[in-house]
Amino acid sequence: MNRQVLDFWVGLFVAVGIAATVFIALQVANLTTLQRGAVYTVQAEFDNIGGLKVRAPVKSAGVTVGRVSDIRYDSDQHKAVVSLAIDSQYQFSADTSLSILTSGLLGEQYIGVQSGSDAELLQDGDVVWLTSSAIVLENLIGEVLFNRAQDGGTTQ
Amino acid sequence: MTSPLTLPARLIRALGHRVTDNLISLGIAARFFVALLASSAICLRRPGLVVREMYFIGVMSLVIILVSGLFVGLVLGLQMYDTLERFGSGDIVGMVVALSLVRELGPVLSALLISSRAGSAVTAEIGLMKTTEQLSAMEMMAIQPVARVVAPRFWAGVFSVPLLTSIFNVTGIFGGYLVAVHLLGVDAGTFWSQMQSAVDFRIDVVNGIIKSVFFAVTIIFIAVYQGYHATPTAEGVSLATTQTVVKSALVVLGMDFVLTAFMFRGL
Repeated sequence: MNRQVLDFWVGLFVAVGIAATVFIALQVANLTTLQRGAVYTVQAEFDNIGGLKVRAPVKSAGVTVGRVSDIRYDSDQHKAVVSLAIDSQYQFSADTSLSILTSGLLGEQYIGVQSGSDAELLQDGDVVWLTSSAIVLENLIGEVLFNRAQDGGTTQ
Repeated sequence: MTSPLTLPARLIRALGHRVTDNLISLGIAARFFVALLASSAICLRRPGLVVREMYFIGVMSLVIILVSGLFVGLVLGLQMYDTLERFGSGDIVGMVVALSLVRELGPVLSALLISSRAGSAVTAEIGLMKTTEQLSAMEMMAIQPVARVVAPRFWAGVFSVPLLTSIFNVTGIFGGYLVAVHLLGVDAGTFWSQMQSAVDFRIDVVNGIIKSVFFAVTIIFIAVYQGYHATPTAEGVSLATTQTVVKSALVVLGMDFVLTAFMFRGL
């Protein structure tokens, strides 16, 4: 086979292969949104994080503003310490409250951010004190059953 | 040794024979691999040799990769949608198709297809060269057959397989897109956004590429090894070609389990 024809086909093959890899990186894995150059990290303590995982989204008003970067256990206070990496373009007041929410009935858990009214803004390394834990379904069902039993006891 | 051995003694001797046999061929394969790497410098001096082999291994495998990828994606889209719709989550079909392709089906199926399409051809070609004593003739002319014949095919395979895997993944995802969006009525925006939120570049895509590189080295090494060490008869070449396909499939599937266990254990 002619050398030029051969080179052409192999070059086309390599180009298509590289284009396919780039397509997977950009369109399928959405690498562009992962380029988080500037983030600031804040910490928050939760009594119970439920099924929260590292890399879970941090959302404010439904918009993803950051990711959970680390989850540790504080053995002195018996609480979970969650580090959040928040995109620098989003600023929140210092009295922001965080809650662990679930997307959908059985969906993944994420951290919801509700900004406060303080003029001071959250800085890198700050600790958020206003937190509400994940709702554990079993506890909720237990509570409902307990209340029902109590009601039943009083009415009868 | 003429005295008739008892049955247990014969069984133990057969076992020992098998073990030493396998150890010997493992040692030969390891030495062949080192010799192959040591004589790979020719691929840099004469890249034309690698380009020629990439045509036969890569370009000629494109058709089977494109068609298989498309149909795997189509079937995956249909099947996954059918099951997911029972839980009312048919919208995440894009995510399931992309994850299963990028993580598992892409690397494994392309490796199996390429070993059948190109690996067997490489074995038959080298085996026939050995049978017709072309390899010995090269040695007579002071040309190293490992450098001139084996190394270019090996490196062409190592470069081609990951590229073919990427092409397989993209056509598969395109097939899933066709079925989900145009046949089953999933929203195109949901299809892509669900996929993008679930597929991680580092964990899923890079690990998939690492897998395909491992498979590339394995299947193409098995192919050149079987060809180079084939018994130089028509029967030997035929046996070697069969062995290439069978061993590649077994090793790829076994290796896939080990690699997956290391890569995705934490998830």
